[in-house]
Amino acid sequence: MRIAILSDIHANREAFDAVMEAVHERGSPDELVLLGDMVGYGPDPIYVIEKAAHLMADGALCIMGNHDEAVALNLGNMTETARFAVQWTRERITPAHLDFLARLPLSLQSEDRLYVHASAERPGKWPYIRDLDAAERCLSASDARFVFCGHTHIPAIYYALPGRRPVHFQPHDNVAAPLSEMRRHLVIAGAIGQPRDGNPAACFVLVDTQRQEVTMVRVPYDHEETARKIHAAGLPGWLGMRLKIGR
Amino acid sequence: MRRFEAGAVIDGFELVEKLPSGGMASLWRATNPRYDFSLVLKIPFLDPGADVSVILGFEVEELILKRLSGPHVPRFAASGSLAQVPYIAMEFVVGKGLADIVGSAPLPMDEVARIGIEMATALAALHRQKVVHLDLKPENVILTKRGAVLLDFGLARHAELPDLLGAESSVPMGTAAYISPEQVLGERSDPASDLFALGCILYQLATGEEPFGRPATLAGMKRRLYHAPRLPRGINDAIPRWLEAIILKCMEVDRSQRYVEAAHILSDLRSPDQVVVARRKPRNEGVWGAITSLFRKTDDRSLVSRPSSTRTQAGPSIVLAAVDLANGGDALAGEVLNETARVLASREDSWLACVTVLKTEIIGETPATDETGRSVYLKRLVALKDWAYPLHMPEDRISYHVLEAVSPADAILTYAEHNDVGHIVVGARASSAIRRHLGSVSTKVVAQALCSVSVVRLKAVEEQGRRPL
Repeated sequence: MRIAILSDIHANREAFDAVMEAVHERGSPDELVLLGDMVGYGPDPIYVIEKAAHLMADGALCIMGNHDEAVALNLGNMTETARFAVQWTRERITPAHLDFLARLPLSLQSEDRLYVHASAERPGKWPYIRDLDAAERCLSASDARFVFCGHTHIPAIYYALPGRRPVHFQPHDNVAAPLSEMRRHLVIAGAIGQPRDGNPAACFVLVDTQRQEVTMVRVPYDHEETARKIHAAGLPGWLGMRLKIGR
Repeated sequence: MRRFEAGAVIDGFELVEKLPSGGMASLWRATNPRYDFSLVLKIPFLDPGADVSVILGFEVEELILKRLSGPHVPRFAASGSLAQVPYIAMEFVVGKGLADIVGSAPLPMDEVARIGIEMATALAALHRQKVVHLDLKPENVILTKRGAVLLDFGLARHAELPDLLGAESSVPMGTAAYISPEQVLGERSDPASDLFALGCILYQLATGEEPFGRPATLAGMKRRLYHAPRLPRGINDAIPRWLEAIILKCMEVDRSQRYVEAAHILSDLRSPDQVVVARRKPRNEGVWGAITSLFRKTDDRSLVSRPSSTRTQAGPSIVLAAVDLANGGDALAGEVLNETARVLASREDSWLACVTVLKTEIIGETPATDETGRSVYLKRLVALKDWAYPLHMPEDRISYHVLEAVSPADAILTYAEHNDVGHIVVGARASSAIRRHLGSVSTKVVAQALCSVSVVRLKAVEEQGRRPL
């Protein structure tokens, strides 16, 4: 079984399209997951929401991220730039789009895999998994063999054996990392629409359960165009700049 | 935990005969009609309460072995999951175990060098696949017709895979007699660690003694950071100086002084006459030395210096410059030199092998044997050294080779393959009718080389043969 996981699209149409093309070049996956944060930061929320809705109608799994929640419920507990982008997004989308975002679940389970945007530990509080402690708390909040999260925009894999500290691994781009029969795994997906690991190319996760492998696939896209649109839309300039440097 | 008897079948593998093994796993000769090579099954001892290192070692070996290929590792066949019956099925390697050979050390010196060449070749192939063995010892080396085969990857490290062992434990992992100083300090990522172990094995083969004994404690293993072993020639004066120099350079505590790549060891073992034998200052000799070193408090980490891997990725470890000096140092030879300098500049510790070919007319003719032939050979060697002089390379990084051959291209290709050359620089003469007919040296080198090739051609001053419009 092959699973493609797309996290943190953030209303970036160019990155989303490039990644979907890359996903299908590898043969249609058996499971497609949108791991939250469809909107926020980027200039194309309507395009991304509508495309996500189409994919869902075709069987894709889709969960809520903190930016989706903030836009749907008009929340302001975020950084100034994020808050600005939330308001900007709310002014441009329709009630139907808001309704779509509001109905997304916080997490979904498929077989032995749990999909949740931030962490299995208190998903609605949106904690960041940036260290072993946070990874350990996430893994102990679930009994799934595989937990997939996004939210940090920085790819990582944590390998866990019962009763021991998880092992952190920073996967190499486009190089398959192993999944172990006897371990549990926490996979942190990189971002589609706003990578922050120093590589501006979009990042999606490809899982192959037969080969027992997970790959962070990097897809270069026209981020100059996205940055141009961000500027033209009157969104903060830093949001375009960071797409160029991947930070 | 299941116990297995001969005749038992696991996933289609029939166990035939139990082999002697260590404390981590049982080994069985096995058969399976699906594979056309002899098989051995390694089944880890996973009794309840077994040390977690047994599980980790099994996981690591399975992950790494199935990604390795080539003649210097056993072929991977299949593996069984830890959830059911864990095993690794691999090729049964037929050959002579180095552990049996080491018992009759000291060996004749040409035998030591031959084993060194085979092991360095195997390590170069392993390191090219991004794997460091980290437990190199005679028990893990089989000498076969196809070269040295390295066994047991339970402590190994793949540069692109998670280090499940290292992340779990900071205790040094390895074998006390051969473990490198940086491994003693908990580092598990440097190919140079395998080169240290190779040095220890060559030391043992040449002297009959283990350089550091087999210390049982961490403090005992740490001694190798501060105390050099006895000089090999002090134990066995039959050891030539060049071989001692190679062994000691493998065993340098400071990695900036150690060999960086197996290919460099290979190159030195193949050309003993070009090994630089440095005058070695004995470390901390005598009572006064011992006293002063007591007061010189140094950080262990600073002694082993930085990992070699930051350097090895910058460029080729060995550059071969093939220059045609039949007509003396002409403009093309000058341009080959310029390009060679550019390739060398990418990496501060790359080696240069300067090669020129003396053409012979028939196979078997050896012009160097008679008086005139000898003088032609020496003249060419002098010209080659003169050609390379402007590079100002230190003598331990440059070697000179006047090859006698019917086909210059074949000579260059053979040299490059035997010495694990990473980049060839070769000149190409301007096109001519006869060259188009016979094929040029550079064309053949480009077509058949196993590494990158730079072809240098003089920029045409005038455009030739172009008709006016």
